[in-house]
Amino acid sequence: SENCANQPHAPLLLTKTGQTVRRPAHSDPDSWRWDRTRTSESCPRALQVWEKGREKRLLVLGDLICLTDWGLHRFCCVPVDFEVVNVDSSLTSEDEINNAVTAIRRNGVALKGNIETNHNLPPSHKSRNNLLRTSLDLYANVMHCQTLPGVQTRHKDIDIIIIRENTEGEYSSLEHENVPGVVESLKIITRVNSLRIAEYAFRQAREKGRRRVTAVHKANIMKLGDGLFLQCCKEVAAGYPDITFDNMIVDNTTMQLVSKPQQFDVMVMPNLYGNVVSNVCAGLVGGPGLVPGANYGKDYAVFETATRNTGKSIANKNIANPTATLLASCLMLDHLGLHDYASMIRKAILRTLSETRLHTADLGGQGTTSEVVQSIMKEVQKGGPLTSEKI
Amino acid sequence: VSRIKCQIIFYCICFAFQMQTVTIIPGDGIGPEISTSVIKIFEAAKVPIQWEERNVTAIKGPGGKWMIPPEAKESMDKSKIGLKGPLKTPIAAGHPSMNLLLRKTFDLYANVRPCVSIEGYKTPYTDVDLVTIRENTEGEYSGIEHVIVDGVVQSIKLITEEASRRIAEYAFEYARNNQRNSVTAVHKANIMRMSDGLFLRKCREVAENFKDVKFTEMYLDTVCLNMVQDPTQFDVLVMPNLYGDILSDLCAGLIGGLGVTPSGNIGANGVAIFESVHGTAPDIAGMDLANPTALLLSAVMMLRHMGLHGHAKKIETACFDTIRDKKVLTKDLGGNSKCSEFTAEICRRVQDLD
Repeated sequence: SENCANQPHAPLLLTKTGQTVRRPAHSDPDSWRWDRTRTSESCPRALQVWEKGREKRLLVLGDLICLTDWGLHRFCCVPVDFEVVNVDSSLTSEDEINNAVTAIRRNGVALKGNIETNHNLPPSHKSRNNLLRTSLDLYANVMHCQTLPGVQTRHKDIDIIIIRENTEGEYSSLEHENVPGVVESLKIITRVNSLRIAEYAFRQAREKGRRRVTAVHKANIMKLGDGLFLQCCKEVAAGYPDITFDNMIVDNTTMQLVSKPQQFDVMVMPNLYGNVVSNVCAGLVGGPGLVPGANYGKDYAVFETATRNTGKSIANKNIANPTATLLASCLMLDHLGLHDYASMIRKAILRTLSETRLHTADLGGQGTTSEVVQSIMKEVQKGGPLTSEKI
Repeated sequence: VSRIKCQIIFYCICFAFQMQTVTIIPGDGIGPEISTSVIKIFEAAKVPIQWEERNVTAIKGPGGKWMIPPEAKESMDKSKIGLKGPLKTPIAAGHPSMNLLLRKTFDLYANVRPCVSIEGYKTPYTDVDLVTIRENTEGEYSGIEHVIVDGVVQSIKLITEEASRRIAEYAFEYARNNQRNSVTAVHKANIMRMSDGLFLRKCREVAENFKDVKFTEMYLDTVCLNMVQDPTQFDVLVMPNLYGDILSDLCAGLIGGLGVTPSGNIGANGVAIFESVHGTAPDIAGMDLANPTALLLSAVMMLRHMGLHGHAKKIETACFDTIRDKKVLTKDLGGNSKCSEFTAEICRRVQDLD
């Protein structure tokens, strides 16, 4: 197979498994494209298993191709194998997404592209993304929004962690039409899930040395639903006296975010408000192409872009910004404990980002996706051999 | 008898001068002072409006139901146009929010908020020029909630065909009457297929009758994402209640906050109430420090609604010129003038523009 060991004249690299491999001196930025063709042609829904002895992780392809990650990780000889599962959004059967869920259950971790939902189909056709999240009980969606170097934005010094309840709330998909012309949609808030997400938020805040957690809600109007959520947050806050807890109504929150986003630290909220706030914050730091997101459950973790866009209008044009997905893969590496690889790739990405010449169209530049990836690969190479602490 | 004669003569004069009656509800906190400012400025601009001041503190009617005082209701029903200052809802007063009561009494189904960047009041966003039209009666704010079992709460979001059609029609009519180019429906039909799907379907149906206005659809999250990056791509936005609440405040934040944002509520039977959406600011009430811009711009919106475009333009120009000049500004706008000084400056400019 096309592994790195066969490349001549390349710096030595010691992987976590103790194997000695060589990082390729030259990289073919299009090699991943070749791989993609082979994959989709030979096994459209296949699970391709790589060498034994390396960790197997899952790559779920949605409508946004995130194979750039695949290419980059293999270039860096990250000791992770990808099992590829394609999910075709145009099919009405739920088999493909169920296969993906099974595969994630097997592997524990996944990197995912967004799967488009055709909202003109009848309600029986549920959102595949939502199905995946609820089946695996990925209850916490975490997005770390930071001002990035080299990216021109209206606001500076933003550093917000948004923790969004990911399984219930307005996304319960419970709707009915009792009387023709009158539709009811149910928003479910439970004590168990609210306590769980609040606990997660405060634990994260403590682990990351954050000072303040803000609960975002609309309890003045939805007194019982959001009132319960707020109540749960207050209860959990009592167990973390070192962390300041306050709350803010969602419409005021959005207003404050566009005028003074620096005031926020960690924010916790139910599903829909999380959707709004995370998109606002992503827009504030430079757009959907820059921010990675993570979905954590008790047993599984799925990484994707924070704003979950399919980018249909720019697909296959080599102009998409790969930064968000690449940073999401770094989050995945951190989750797997491969911190050295994660920081190596992350540093390379940030160094490339400060190079405005290479900015993609969404950042106002004219760089292509492959140019950005190639530059990241060069930066990785410049970094020299990676040595493991195990030596 | 002489008093009745005076009243008759007064009404005749009003009729002769085409004076329109407008119900003014000063409100609480800074409400009375900013209402006085607006009345002064309108006098300086010689606007043919006769004000009828009313109080809307809730009272318990026959049958134990909370309602607004009958004089207020009567006045609004007669004049059809209202201008309202900020109202406070005391906690544990036992009655629902005053704004909610007004909304229910007059069936104020559309909340319209034009957000235009104010030259002279710098924000990170320039060239904002959009209008958010929010369905104001149903959706997530229907107030229907139940505790299913202990620890599980269900809130019901109600979307009806009738309300969706009504708000869509208003949005397109507004776009047409105000020379706006496009209407964008904001929704989350990928998740809430039936409810937002119904809203979207109605918008599409109404769009068929307004071929001169471009119609687009966009997900709520995409709108939020794009709004903070480039708000100039949006024109008129129409959406259900909750999204409207969030987006209209987001847009207000883009142009400088609730202290400079006008707002209007359109009801059935031709009723329209224009209001300032900021709070009552009890900490500065009565100290002549308040900023009347929001109420003034809402009053300008009201004039346009009434067809008095000339007066609207005059007052709006005077207000924006004063802010652009930066010489006489209230504290929240970055100056240290009093409310009365700010008002006097606008009055002076209005008279100069004559």
